[in-house]
Amino acid sequence: MISKLTRVVVLAGGISHERDVSLRSGRRVADSLLEHGIEVELRDPDASLLGYLRDTRPDVVWPALHGASGEDGALRGLLEFLGIPFVGSRSEPARLAWDKPTAKTLVGRAGVSTPRSITLPRDAFRELGAEAVFDAIHDELPLPVVVKPAQGGSAQGVTIVEDEAGLPRAMVDAYTYNDVAIVEQRIAGTEIAVGILDTGEGPVALPAVEIEPLSGVYSFEARYNAGETRFYVPSRLRDDVAARAAEAALTAHQALGLRHLSRVDLIVDGAGTPWFLEANVLPGLTETSLVPQALEAAGHDLGWVYATLAEAALEA
Amino acid sequence: MTEPQGNNLDPWYSHYAQRTAGLSASEVRALFAVASRPEVVSLAGGMPYVSALPQELVASAVERTVRESGAVALQYGSGQGTPRLREQILEVMALEGIRASVDDVVVTTGSQHALELMSKLFLDPGDVVIAEGPSYVTAMTVFRSYQAEVAHTAMDDEGLIPQALRETIARLRAAGRTIKLLYTIPSFQNPMGVTLSWQRRMEVLEIARENGILVLEDNPYGLLYFDQPPPQAMRSVDDEGVVYLGTFSKTLAPGLRVGWAVAPHAIREKLVLANEAAVLSPSSFSQTVISEYLATADWRGQIDVFRGVYRERRDAMLAALAEQLPTLSWTVPAGGFYVWLNLPPHLDAKAMLPRAVKELVAYTPGTAFYADGGGRDAMRLSFCYPAPDFIREGIRRLATVINGELTLLSEFSQTGPLTLPAAPAAADSVLPPSIG
Repeated sequence: MISKLTRVVVLAGGISHERDVSLRSGRRVADSLLEHGIEVELRDPDASLLGYLRDTRPDVVWPALHGASGEDGALRGLLEFLGIPFVGSRSEPARLAWDKPTAKTLVGRAGVSTPRSITLPRDAFRELGAEAVFDAIHDELPLPVVVKPAQGGSAQGVTIVEDEAGLPRAMVDAYTYNDVAIVEQRIAGTEIAVGILDTGEGPVALPAVEIEPLSGVYSFEARYNAGETRFYVPSRLRDDVAARAAEAALTAHQALGLRHLSRVDLIVDGAGTPWFLEANVLPGLTETSLVPQALEAAGHDLGWVYATLAEAALEA
Repeated sequence: MTEPQGNNLDPWYSHYAQRTAGLSASEVRALFAVASRPEVVSLAGGMPYVSALPQELVASAVERTVRESGAVALQYGSGQGTPRLREQILEVMALEGIRASVDDVVVTTGSQHALELMSKLFLDPGDVVIAEGPSYVTAMTVFRSYQAEVAHTAMDDEGLIPQALRETIARLRAAGRTIKLLYTIPSFQNPMGVTLSWQRRMEVLEIARENGILVLEDNPYGLLYFDQPPPQAMRSVDDEGVVYLGTFSKTLAPGLRVGWAVAPHAIREKLVLANEAAVLSPSSFSQTVISEYLATADWRGQIDVFRGVYRERRDAMLAALAEQLPTLSWTVPAGGFYVWLNLPPHLDAKAMLPRAVKELVAYTPGTAFYADGGGRDAMRLSFCYPAPDFIREGIRRLATVINGELTLLSEFSQTGPLTLPAAPAAADSVLPPSIG
C-alpha cells in the first residue's frame, strides 16, 4: 500500500486498570502501521500531549486508549478542537455510547430490544427514601438483575444480583464509580460481541464472536488470560438468528452515530431475539480481544485494517 | 455436522502443569501498571529506595570486579556461592546474633529463589505451609505453585500468636494434614510491619520443635530498624530446626539478585544440588561486586543511611494517617517498609483500588496477602519508595477516597445488609516484582 500518511501518533496507556491492555492494543496498531511504511509514534497521554500535538500536527491520531479519557469523548473533543483527524468515533457519539442509559434509549428507539431497566441517580434514594425505591425496583424488575454504573466501559462496579438482599450492596458498588446507576433485567442467553467495521465504504457487521467463559462470568481474568474463555467465531447461533444479531448491531452502531470501528455487545435469548447491552467506541485490539478475532474470521488482514482506518480518518 | 470446538486463544492450554493454575493476570495486577505513571503516588510497591545508595560506591565495586576479578566473575561459579561472599555473609548475620559456618551458607538468586528451592525440596501436593495471616504474597505464590496449601495463623501487634499457632497445628493435624513448614517473617513483617517479640520467638521455636515442623525464617528487613534493633534472629538459638533466609536486596540493591539460605547440613547439601539444577550457579558477577562493596565501602554506615531515610518516611506516613484518617487504626512499624491499615466495616480495599488509582494513589489490597480470601478490610501501605511529601499527598488522596466511600455506605446503611460478597481465594496473588 502506498500511503498518503506520513506520520501517525498512536495514543496508548493512560490511567486506568486497562492501561496494559491499551499499551498492547497500541503497540499492535503501531506495528501494523510501521509495516505499511507509515511513521508512527506511540505516546502515553500526559500533561504534555496537547501541546505536543498542536506543535507537531501529525496527520492522524489513533487513540488506542481504554477507559474514561479514551472512550468518553473528552479527548476526541479536544482533537476536534485542534483540527487533528483521528481514528474512531467523533466526540459526541462517543459520549452517547459511553452513557449507558442514553445509548439504550437511542438504540431502543431505532428498534433494537434492550433489557428493561431503570436509571437511578444517587439523589433519588435520598429524596424518595431508599426503602421505597428498592420496593419499586423489586416490584417491577424480576430477579436476577444487573446493577452497573451509568457510565464506564468495563465491568467495574457491575454486580449480578440474584436475591433481593444483595441489591443495596450492588447499588453502593455502582455508585462508587458514578453518581448514576442503572438496574437492568438480566437476560439469559448467548453472549456475543459484534464488531462493526467501516473503512469508508459503509459499516459492515463482522462475524459475531460468541463468548463462553469457563468460570461462567466474563470477568477481567476471563478476558485477559488466554485459555480462560472459549470463543466461537462465527458464533454457534443459527444463521437466521446470527443475521438478526448482525442487523441489530449495525442498527446500534448507526443509531449512535459511531464511526470506523466499534463493538456492540448483545445477548441473544432462547427465542433468538438479540438484546443490546452496550456499544464500545474503542474495542480492545490485543491478542485475546474480540474484534481482532472477528476481523480475522472475516478474512481481513489486521495490519491492512488498521492502516486503512488511519487513511479513512485522514479523508473524513 | 460436528459441533464447532471454539477457540480459547491458547493451543497449549490443556498442556500446562496443574501447578500453574494460579499463574494468571488479575485486575489488581493490571492496576499496578498504572502506578508507574508519575502522577500516581504509589504506596503499593515494596521497592527499596536505591537512590540513597551512592552510585560511586557501586561503580567502583563493579570496576574492580571487572579489572581485578573479571576472569572469575564472568565465569560459572560454585552452586553454593563464592567462599569469599559466604565469609562476608557471616559478618552480616553476626549483626543479628547468628553464628554459623561458612559451609552452612548457600548463596541464591535473591532470597526468593531460596524460597523456591526450599519448596522444591520439601513440598508435595497437598502439604501444608503455615504462614502468618497476612503473609508475604510471593512466598505464598511459590508454596502454591508446588500445590501446597497455605494455612494462616493469627497475628497481633507482637507478631505471630503462639496459642493461635498451637490451635492451627492441632486443627490441621486433626484433619489429617501434613504440615511441612512454618514460614515466618519475624522482624518488621511484610505486610503488617510488626515484630515478633523475643519471648514469642522462643515459644514459636518450642512449638515447632514439639511438632516436628521446620521453621523457615525470612529476614529481609531485620537490619532496617529505626530505633532499637529487633530481637535476635530465631536462627541465633536454633541451628537444627530453622532455615534462615537473608538478602542483599534491602541493605544494598535488589537488582543484584543475591540472597542466601543458612540451613542444617543435610538440607544445605540438597539446597546446593537443587540450586545447581535450577541455575547452575548464582551470578558470579553479582557476588563479586557485593564482595568488593563489602570489603571496601562502609556498608554498616550505608545501612544507617537507609535507616534514616526509611525512618523519616515512616514518620511522614504515620503523621499523615493521624491527621487524615484519625478514626482508623494501623500498625506502627519500628523498622522495615510497611504499615498495615485497617478499614471500617463494609469497605472493600480490593474493590476500592480502581477508585483510588483514579484519584492518583495506589496501595496493595489486603487480599493479596491471604491465601484464603481474607484481607478485604485492610491494605498495605509502603513508605519505602516515595519521598515524604509524596507520602503525605498520597495519604491525603487515600483519605478522600475512603471518606467518600464511607459517606456512600452511610446513605445505604438502613436499607439492608451491606456485607461484602464472599471473596475468591487468592485471586490476586501473583503481583509484579516491584509490588511483592
